[in-house]
Amino acid sequence: MANHTIAETITIPYLEEKGLLSWLTSTDHKRISIMYLLSISTFFVLAGISALLLRFELLMPGKTIVDAHTYNVLFTFHGAVMVFLFIVPGLAASFGNFLIPLMIGARDVAFPRLNLMSYWIYLLGALIILISLSKPADTGWTFYTPYSIRTGTDVILLTFGIFVLGFSSILTGLNFIVTIHKLRAPGMTWHRLPLFIWASYATAILQVLATPVIAISLLLLIAERVFGIGFFDPAKGGDPILFQHFFWFYSHPAVYIMIIPAMGVISEVIPVFSRKPIFGYKAIAYSSLAIALISFFVWAHHMFVSGMSEVAATIFSFLTFLVAIPTAIKVFNWTATLYKGSIDLKSPMLYALSFIFLFTIGGLTGVFLGALAADVHLHDTYFVVAHMHYVMIGGTIMGFFAALHFWYPKMTGKMFNEKVAKIAWAFVFIGFNVTFFPQFILGTQGMPRRYADYPPQFHSLNELSSIGSWILGIGMFVMAINLLRGLFNGEKAPQNPFNSLSLEWQVPSPPPHENFEEIPHVTDWTYGYGKKSA
Amino acid sequence: MNWVPEVASNLASKVDAVIWFITVISLVFFILISIFLVYFAIRYRRRQENEETPYITGSHVLETIWTIIPSILLIVIFVYGFVVYKDMRTPPEDSLEVTVIGRQWLWQFKYNNGKTTLNELYIPEGRPIKLVMTSEDVLHSFFVPAFRVKQDLVGGMYTYLWFTPTKTGTYELYCTEYCGTGHSTMLGKVIVMSPQEYEKWEKGEEEKAVASLPPAELGKQLYTQRGCNACHSIDGSSLVGPTWKGLYGHEVVLQDGTKVTADENYIREAILEPQAKMVKGFGPVMPSFKGVISDDEISDLIAYIKTLK
Ligand code: HEC
Ligand code: HEM
Ligand SMILES: [Cu+2]
Ligand SMILES: [Cu+2]
Repeated sequence: MANHTIAETITIPYLEEKGLLSWLTSTDHKRISIMYLLSISTFFVLAGISALLLRFELLMPGKTIVDAHTYNVLFTFHGAVMVFLFIVPGLAASFGNFLIPLMIGARDVAFPRLNLMSYWIYLLGALIILISLSKPADTGWTFYTPYSIRTGTDVILLTFGIFVLGFSSILTGLNFIVTIHKLRAPGMTWHRLPLFIWASYATAILQVLATPVIAISLLLLIAERVFGIGFFDPAKGGDPILFQHFFWFYSHPAVYIMIIPAMGVISEVIPVFSRKPIFGYKAIAYSSLAIALISFFVWAHHMFVSGMSEVAATIFSFLTFLVAIPTAIKVFNWTATLYKGSIDLKSPMLYALSFIFLFTIGGLTGVFLGALAADVHLHDTYFVVAHMHYVMIGGTIMGFFAALHFWYPKMTGKMFNEKVAKIAWAFVFIGFNVTFFPQFILGTQGMPRRYADYPPQFHSLNELSSIGSWILGIGMFVMAINLLRGLFNGEKAPQNPFNSLSLEWQVPSPPPHENFEEIPHVTDWTYGYGKKSA
Repeated sequence: MNWVPEVASNLASKVDAVIWFITVISLVFFILISIFLVYFAIRYRRRQENEETPYITGSHVLETIWTIIPSILLIVIFVYGFVVYKDMRTPPEDSLEVTVIGRQWLWQFKYNNGKTTLNELYIPEGRPIKLVMTSEDVLHSFFVPAFRVKQDLVGGMYTYLWFTPTKTGTYELYCTEYCGTGHSTMLGKVIVMSPQEYEKWEKGEEEKAVASLPPAELGKQLYTQRGCNACHSIDGSSLVGPTWKGLYGHEVVLQDGTKVTADENYIREAILEPQAKMVKGFGPVMPSFKGVISDDEISDLIAYIKTLK
């Protein structure tokens, strides 16, 4: 970029320059976004393959392909990679990076070089985690003490890698907060902002405030393993439950780091494909913030049977129900947006509608887990595994896929094959439900989670679930091929194929380096669909 | 298909009532949302490119309604869950106490009369039972689906749970807190007996009769009582662990390729420090029985293994 004049950089599409080095050293938020997107997708595939192996092992009772220790290593790898390398950076780092400047009418984020550094730190953390695979950890992604202190596997490198990733997360969050405060185009007031921006803002706050806590807890864990200081191991006078408090103080808000950006995506896709303004803009915008704030005070709902006091359990159960309210409001608002719309069931919209449907199931089953008496029975069974996947796949991943299909033309300048995209969607939707719905029943019947093997009465539902995972896998594979093929054979994308009113669609596809020839003057909100004067 | 496990404790039906209550409310919401989603998606499907759409940005009335109704329902659910939970956490004064010790990967139960059992909890029907639990190593969790009770076992502290079994029978006990390689084999049984049977068991009448048996017979009983049968067969087939058939006096190939002859000392060590010499082809899941099985009992087991030619 350095060899171009400003006038030139404004017209050169950001994808123009080739060569690995030009990518790895670029501070263009769009290039950084693509690098994140490719990296997290790679890890998604790796963790996905390990998930298929897990499900294959569970196809039948008894040993199918791997022994118990390998199973434990696989679910640790699967969980840790999905959470820390895919879904936490996830939408925020990939689509957030691409869209935030474009949507608010800025040329880049506030600190472009810091942005690039965040990506490098992410790579470094990922590298450390990959190195830890030489003696892969078997603790689960939760690292509960004292097991994580006593196991002979390499917990230190894995947790250190996650510690490093935390910096990437914090710096990205800081960057976005400043960008949204300082770089909005003239006229882009807070209440005109696209809801994806509100969601990114709430997410960024969570990243900055919550991540240091996991960093500290992992450091304490490492210190205990290396120097034998007794923070958490009762044999050394430590308190194992303390670690759980530390861990969930981060990891519950982290659940919202994962889901809020996806909610932002849904709030963009639904209005465009129903040609209606979003219903209840302010309620959605502020509920993101409300969720972010309340989510700091519900962490111990993961610990109702941990040995924590009954009083604490009661308080945390109550607070958990509070966080359900803003979530419910969003679901109603999205649904109401469809009313009297002109609904176009293109692939992004199919994923967005799937989100509402599946996330509702995920959210409602969360109510079971928040209710004390019910949680005692359901905790740490497959009910939790199903709930978590309905939220993370049914929610975040559906949002991620919606975003992929929606902004694909903008990011790549190409169109993909819509028919194939719809077929892939059908496989994903059906496969997902076949995989995970039976697990609600398994959990209610009492099958514990993290079991490498199970008693024979759980066989048929497990078999069904494993078959579902193949359908889901096929769907994702077809989707990936379709999107990759589009890069090479796709038609050229028009500037605004879906007639969106948002700013990112008012620049060429793909956008030029500095996004806007001239910083736009914003005179209305982004959701003026159907407005007569327009 | 059974949606929920058997109901075998006083708490089970109460917990089920909470679960069903939430299920009904959830279903109502879920069906409503689904109907609207599908109906809107079909009814307002785009039929031509430039359809007119109304400019509707919200409705304070609707939004207030759908904030207040779920809030009220959620609070009702919270209270209901709490009321039953309070019950689950308040053991009656006259409960029969049993101490539970969890370790990688077995359950040890200690009774007031000095008896100890492994992986099998014996209790009388109709009497409140309070389990006082702790762990000797990592976290474990005591879960009996038929009773709807679950509680973590934590080293360095005691946790408890209580229930009144309402039906005689044998119920499955699972460990539900991940505890390492043997987590999914850390299974046990709860045997609920009629009060008369329990009294007999408690007095140890059967055991007295047993004491006069020859060692190999005693070893045979220990084989099931101590839960060895979960992992070791006596018919030559491999389970989680190697079979005992033809073990004694024969060569065993260890993980590092060396061979040892399975004599008394080898078997003794295998029981007390199972990971010291690992048999090739098997994982490190056998729990150590040090402090759990007496020297006498080890001799009985060896005598029994000798008979399995
Ligand atoms: C959780 C499963 C499990 C249980 C329960 C278990 N074992 Fe084992 N056992 C194993 C495994 C796996 C091995 C082989 C690996 C090793 O050497 O540790 C083994 C090895 C042995 C060996 C050496 C056998 C050989 O072929 O060399 C003996 C003897 C033995 N166990 C005795 C016992 C006794 C006695 C009990 C009951 C008091 C018992 N085990 C309970 C899993 C178990
Ligand atoms: C591609 C389809 C997927 C399948 C078939 C799948 C399957 C599984 C299985 C079998 C387990 C182990 C459960 C247990 O034994 O307790 C598991 C755990 C988990 N999965 Fe997935 N999974 C999938 C996708 C995802 C995604 C997309 C995420 C998150 C973004 C995710 C997050 C997790 C987490 C956090 C755990 C818990 C790991 C642990 O218990 O330590 N999974 N999954
Ligand atoms: Cu949580
Ligand atoms: Cu366990």
